[in-house]
Amino acid sequence: MQASTLFIIIIGLSIFGYFMGQGRALALAKPLGGIRKLHSLPSYYAAQAALFCALPAIVLMGLWLIFEQPIIDSLVMSRVEAGGLIESKADYNLALNRVHNIAAGVLSREGQQSVVLAAADNLNAFRTNARLALTLLALSLSVAGLVLGLRRIRPDFRARASVEWIMSGLLMACALLAIFTTLGILLSVVFESIHFFRSVPISEFIFGTSWSPQTAIRADQVGSSGSFGAVPLFTGTLLISAVAMFVAVPVGLMSAIYLAEYASRRTRTLVKPTLEILAGIPTVVYGFFAALTVAPFIRNLGESLGLDVSSESALAAGSVMGVMIIPFISSLADDVITAVPQSMRDGSLALGATKSETIRKVVVPAALPGIVGGVLLALSRAIGETMIVVMAAGMAANLTANPLDTVTTVTVQIVTLLTGDQEFDSAKTLAAFALGLMLFVVTLCLNIVALRVVKKYREQYE
Amino acid sequence: MPDMKVNEKHVTVGKQFHDDPRMTMRNVNVFYGEKQAIHDVSIDIGKNEVMAMIGPSGCGKSTFLRSLNRMNDTVEGCRVEGEICMDGESLYNTKLDVVELRARVGMVFQKPNPFPKSIYENVAYGAKIHGLADSRIDLDEIVENSLNKAGLWKEVKDRLHQPGTGLSGGQQQRLCIARAIAVTPEVILMDEPCSALDPIATARIEELIKELSENFTIAIVTHSMQQAARVSDRTAYFHLGQLIEVNPTEQVFTMPEHELTEGYITGRFG
Ligand SMILES: Nc1ncnc2c1ncn2[C@@H]1O[C@H](COP(=O)(O)OP(=O)(O)OP(=O)(O)O)[C@@H](O)[C@H]1O
Ligand SMILES: [Mg+2]
Repeated sequence: MQASTLFIIIIGLSIFGYFMGQGRALALAKPLGGIRKLHSLPSYYAAQAALFCALPAIVLMGLWLIFEQPIIDSLVMSRVEAGGLIESKADYNLALNRVHNIAAGVLSREGQQSVVLAAADNLNAFRTNARLALTLLALSLSVAGLVLGLRRIRPDFRARASVEWIMSGLLMACALLAIFTTLGILLSVVFESIHFFRSVPISEFIFGTSWSPQTAIRADQVGSSGSFGAVPLFTGTLLISAVAMFVAVPVGLMSAIYLAEYASRRTRTLVKPTLEILAGIPTVVYGFFAALTVAPFIRNLGESLGLDVSSESALAAGSVMGVMIIPFISSLADDVITAVPQSMRDGSLALGATKSETIRKVVVPAALPGIVGGVLLALSRAIGETMIVVMAAGMAANLTANPLDTVTTVTVQIVTLLTGDQEFDSAKTLAAFALGLMLFVVTLCLNIVALRVVKKYREQYE
Repeated sequence: MPDMKVNEKHVTVGKQFHDDPRMTMRNVNVFYGEKQAIHDVSIDIGKNEVMAMIGPSGCGKSTFLRSLNRMNDTVEGCRVEGEICMDGESLYNTKLDVVELRARVGMVFQKPNPFPKSIYENVAYGAKIHGLADSRIDLDEIVENSLNKAGLWKEVKDRLHQPGTGLSGGQQQRLCIARAIAVTPEVILMDEPCSALDPIATARIEELIKELSENFTIAIVTHSMQQAARVSDRTAYFHLGQLIEVNPTEQVFTMPEHELTEGYITGRFG
């Protein structure tokens, strides 16, 4: 039976169990003199029966489906390996693929070695048996759970507590799933990075100033051996982010102050959503806006001023990225500014301060930690931003602080490293993971600092 | 209590006017949007006088007080009608500089609201804004004097550069008073300045009010009738937005003229 069919059957069974349970609980309550004679509401007994019926069977199915494939593969391949055909890991994968394809009927059986053919037959047999076993096991587990759940419907049984317990377990499992996914991503990046640091020393990666990841594909090929100094990428990222923050921080902050302190309620309801639309524009749109409109404009402007502006200048990418970030800063700053208690403003105004003095000397300083937190969050967003820079920043890894020059960023390099057809374990591909790891560490640190700052601010007024 | 109803055309009883007034209010009405919070109030506050304002919660004491230094301007939809003058000059004159007015009429709020700055900066704030100090030494002196007057100097002189928000509630309130007197206002408005304080801190502040009344005009809103009796020269009784009675404090608490006042101070309602 297909796994999905099995799943539907189990769910059906558990719905059936719910109504059975409810019926039984009600029937039990009647002679006793009403629902209040039961320990829990009938729906709790019913839910318990349904959960008992569905949960163990579904957990079993999940585990089975995860482990079925690798176990069957290793069983099947043990014969092939014994046949002496396998010399390296690549060979193993190749042979395994072939077995799979033959088993699925994609590859014709003619001209294949007999070991492989036997393995393919084996594979099919194992699969059929495994499915059968799963069906039987899951169904019987489900029925057993249902029976157990129904039998536990007794007036003095604390179904409410047990349902609460199961629910909290389920919720925790979901939370853990999210954490483990993050951890899994992090670990896979870390492992690949370690792999990379075996061929390129970590000190060269972090402190090296030259980046050209072209390595020779074959040992006898002439060509560059590749150099992996990440410094130009990080300075490029920082340069573009700095330009972005240079645009976004003043504009965002001032528009936040305007919205929070000066704008009438009507203007506010009009302007605030409009500003937030900026955050909803897909970054790819910003990207071609930067590449096709802003970059040529800046270039022409520079030329008319007699400056040498590259056509993919950091200034173009950075300023467009800054526009994208404005709503982050303005909306966060607006929140913290409006959160400054009115009594603070009253205190200042009552001393004869003007509105702008009050804002400059009391409101903004009081909101400053929150504003800084918002700026740091925006900065980590800028550093991780990919699409705009892929489209509008350059590829050349220049070590420069001149915003009119072309620079490249960490994210751009990750994209280009992974979008060629390269062997997976070449240094070039693995470098992407190392870059990703560095980027992750940097943004993580920024986020931690930002959250701390924001939290500290919250404590101040509560 | 049908006799407790407020008439449409109400006349304030008692001595609501003063021979040597600092502030004069005539036929003042205050509205929040459509809702009228103050009905036709006329009263004088004399020079170097302490005026107590009492009345049941929600009767408009804070609203009235806030219209004396135009703090109601910051409340959206709030409108003030009638005439409010200080030394004969109308406060709601369009030519009047609100900033200057508020420097002359200081205010202490019901809840202490120190700025999230150091104690020193809190007190120096107003003085800096109005350019009252030409040098750091001047400023130090202003800060020390104000804190001294507010009875806080001894407690904080070793921690002037720690945040004002780290003080206790009573100390914060005295800090706010110091902050208000640092700009040497002529009138000080206090809205229930002791409502969050213990008896000791309250006694301190009452002492301070008496001292201050030698140089300043003070209007104080309070829920404590004992406090009104202790510190004020005259007492005004508000009821549902109307000014019912103004009389010398002693008289208000011994022989109130109006039955509403009597009902309130004898605790028949409130
Ligand atoms: N910002 C506002 N918007 C609308 N109505 C208000 C506002 N502030 C006060 N009011 C109303 O005006 C009336 C008077 O309020 P006010 O705060 O002056 O009373 P109060 O005498 O100070 O009371 P309390 O002793 O409780 O402080 C109340 O009915 C109140 O609901
Ligand atoms: Mg009040």
